[in-house]
Amino acid sequence: MTGIPKDCDPVITVRGLSNSFGEQVIHDNLDLTVCRGEILGVVGGSGTGKSVLMRSIIGLQTPGAGEVEVLGENMIDRNEDEAKNIRRRWGILFQNGALFSTLTVAENVEVPIREYFPFIDKQLMDEIASYKIAMSGLRADAGPKYPSELSGGMIKRAGLARALALDPELLFLDEPTAGLDPIAAAAFDDLIRSLQKKLDLTVFLITHDLDTLYAICDRVAVLADKKVIAVGTIPDLLASDHPWIQEYFNGPRGRAAKDTAERDGEIVGGVEA
Amino acid sequence: MDRDPQEGADDDGATYRMAGSITISRAASTAREIAAEPDPLTIDLGDVRNMDTVGAWIVHRTVRDRNAKIVGASTEVKSLLEQVAEADHPARVRPEEPAGFIRMLVELGEWVAEIGVTLVGLLGFFGATLIGFANLIRRPKRFRVNAVIQRFDVVGVRALGIIGLMSFLIGIVIAQQGAVQLQQFGAEIYTINLIGRITVRELGTLMTAIMVAGRSGSAFAAQIGTMKITEEIDAMRTIGVSPVEALVIPRLIATVVMMPLLAFWAILLSLIGGGIFVWLDLGIPPLTYIQRLQEVIPITDLWIGIIKAPVFGFIIALAGCFQGMLVESNSEEVGTRTTTAVVQSIFLVIVLDSVFAVFFSSIGWR
Repeated sequence: MTGIPKDCDPVITVRGLSNSFGEQVIHDNLDLTVCRGEILGVVGGSGTGKSVLMRSIIGLQTPGAGEVEVLGENMIDRNEDEAKNIRRRWGILFQNGALFSTLTVAENVEVPIREYFPFIDKQLMDEIASYKIAMSGLRADAGPKYPSELSGGMIKRAGLARALALDPELLFLDEPTAGLDPIAAAAFDDLIRSLQKKLDLTVFLITHDLDTLYAICDRVAVLADKKVIAVGTIPDLLASDHPWIQEYFNGPRGRAAKDTAERDGEIVGGVEA
Repeated sequence: MDRDPQEGADDDGATYRMAGSITISRAASTAREIAAEPDPLTIDLGDVRNMDTVGAWIVHRTVRDRNAKIVGASTEVKSLLEQVAEADHPARVRPEEPAGFIRMLVELGEWVAEIGVTLVGLLGFFGATLIGFANLIRRPKRFRVNAVIQRFDVVGVRALGIIGLMSFLIGIVIAQQGAVQLQQFGAEIYTINLIGRITVRELGTLMTAIMVAGRSGSAFAAQIGTMKITEEIDAMRTIGVSPVEALVIPRLIATVVMMPLLAFWAILLSLIGGGIFVWLDLGIPPLTYIQRLQEVIPITDLWIGIIKAPVFGFIIALAGCFQGMLVESNSEEVGTRTTTAVVQSIFLVIVLDSVFAVFFSSIGWR
């Protein structure tokens, strides 16, 4: 059930991770492996520590115990200079975009480029920002806009453009489709899938959106009882008898999403792939 | 990571050979090298091991702008080139801005317009609070006693320490500076006149107002501004709670009531500070000091100090709440609005103080 595919080239390895806030234990001895080139969906009820897991992996939170390895490098207790080398190899889309509100969209995209490659001249920098914006599915006129002038879907796309600024190998997405209407959410799913294929990305995706799981995730990890209780393709998980998983995938919403996916012939990784 | 630009010997012009990994880390140097090659240019991508979109972009724009030829591209490189070509929609980085003199005129115009809008807005806000007061008088049950008492604590009681300390020190400073000057005429006894009249009539209230503006006016703007951003104010409105009644009026009442008390406290502490200095430095015993104060300070000075205080308090709370309500979009605005609230209220307080000074002198309270 928690098996790792045989040909897995691990990009993220989490071993024995424990996190707690005061008395409240969030993670207890949690293990997780993300393989190169896959989209791993992370699901779990509210408060099961999905975001805390992501924050532990990207180093925003020092875990109580455990090992975290990203792109072959140990992430715990790194000094700031070494950590920078890893940080430029990943991109992160925060739940609410986390765009810098005083900068325009294009300037937001330029921030990581400027930070790591200050010698790139202004014109090339602007061109890079332009095509990243276009790649993220935004129209060119979004470039000079400020975040406060954008809609929810545009903020997500702008955040994605910034996450992609340095051509990362690894992309973290925290609930990318939350707050989007179903059409925009489906479009965003397609965008992530096509970018992942084109740019050969590994994607760590936290979501509540069952349609997203069915549409684009290669494998799904389920967080419950303070650990990852199951990882696998959706058909694998459907075979599990854990009550939360059954409830989640076979509840009314789960079934509806499954029906849609089957109608579109979209189940990834299991049935036809 | 070797680079190997070669000048082609044939009629096709230059050939730029790319090799190794062409990624963002080499973007600056690659772009420079390509720019240095003469036209017509051929780019040889035969030895490229890996490429990212930035590398592909540089190749793409050379092809687009200079009609360069590409040879030896692998399938992966070709697909990358296609992707960046697909995403080739130039976007502006900053909003369009007119240049030079026109821009100065535009900014001046905007500035004037904003002052006008602010003044009208402040007047409108003043009106809204009056309506709020009127509503409360008609329906006193809606008066939020708890909110007001909580504000009393925050605005008044918790400010006692810092305002007391500040006034005490100011009293000492006035006494010390006054004594140094007056001793030159052998008139150091008049130090007491100086301390008494200046702190009671002017400085006690003014310094308190400045402190309250910095402490509470800014807090009002920041609190209300943050509530605007998190849509709490909108939520209140939809539930049927008037933000003016719930947020503005308790703060106004608290500041208006607390200002005279704080001003009195400040006056008292300044007099004590000055008294201690004259006792230690000039050898004037406390009892003499108090007697002398009674002789030299007309009671009207105290009235002047205390009458001004609630007016200043009203201005400070009004400016703070008004600026908070003006916050619309982002977190940076909370900061700028808070600053504006403090600057505006201190400015208005000082303007009003001079009006009061002229007014009280002319009605004979000298």
